[in-house]
Amino acid sequence: MTVTLSHYLSLGAILFALSVIGIFLNRRNLIVLLMAIELMLLAVNMNFVAFSYYLSDMHGQVFVFFILTVAAAESAIGLALLVLLFRNKSNINVDELNTLKG
Amino acid sequence: MTTQTALFYVFSAVLLFAAFRVITARSTVHAALFLVLSFFSASCIWMLLRAEFLAIALVLVYVGAVMVLFLFVVMMLDVNVDGLREGFWKHFPLAAIVGVVIALEMAAVLLGGFDVREAPLETAKAISDGNTKLLGIEVYTNYLYPLQIAAVLLLVAIVAAIALTLRQRKDSRFLNPSQQVRAKKIDRLRIVKMKATVEAPPAPPVVPAADPKGAVK
Repeated sequence: MTVTLSHYLSLGAILFALSVIGIFLNRRNLIVLLMAIELMLLAVNMNFVAFSYYLSDMHGQVFVFFILTVAAAESAIGLALLVLLFRNKSNINVDELNTLKG
Repeated sequence: MTTQTALFYVFSAVLLFAAFRVITARSTVHAALFLVLSFFSASCIWMLLRAEFLAIALVLVYVGAVMVLFLFVVMMLDVNVDGLREGFWKHFPLAAIVGVVIALEMAAVLLGGFDVREAPLETAKAISDGNTKLLGIEVYTNYLYPLQIAAVLLLVAIVAAIALTLRQRKDSRFLNPSQQVRAKKIDRLRIVKMKATVEAPPAPPVVPAADPKGAVK
């Protein structure tokens, strides 16, 4: 019994679904929300790498390379915003981010 | 069952367990540490897929840099976890339904459409050059322009993160470089016109000769 492409794709799908559930559950805690987004990107990257391997195409791995770059930038700016938010409000509860009254 | 299959199942189980603990852990520090574990397992799975460079990059960039950043922020902020956990399971039924639907939809599409049974044999070029060299050739020939954009993006992220968190202290003393550069001689140096010669001060009055020093009284 060998590992097929579907195994990796199912793993990516389960990981993505888990992080969606995580976003629902931790909707107040901004740090865990950022972590769930990182997990989502990891699931997508897993699919890219699996396709790249099974189709013998290097472009998928190049795409993962760029996704890693963007994800690193995103988490850096997200954490900077988090620190700024904590300085101004002394907590990171998402429910209290209603200054704009949107 | 080959070794590779067994390893795949072990790493997947660890990855899914760690991801589950990330979203349910009570303490944020625990969540961050489980996120490290899940990234590490994902890196092991990428090794199985012969994407060595990306696996190492994932460990270096994520476990080495991003997760340390996460841990710093978590430890720096004094977060009241109990208030954030309030009503944690209230939305669980909806979340579970959405998650299951997503997983089933993806499984239906993926299982139906991408039936690639066996892994392709590695070409001689892939064996002799290795994954890293092939990826480098691809990035620096076909994707050179996007690579530059990615570099600029990282620069923007650095500037944005510093600019967002920079806090000027009121009582700090600092030099203003633009003011320093703009300073002229006239601001610093005052030239006072004086006569070339001044009168000699009057001679000191002649005092009578005092006793020689050290004279015994």
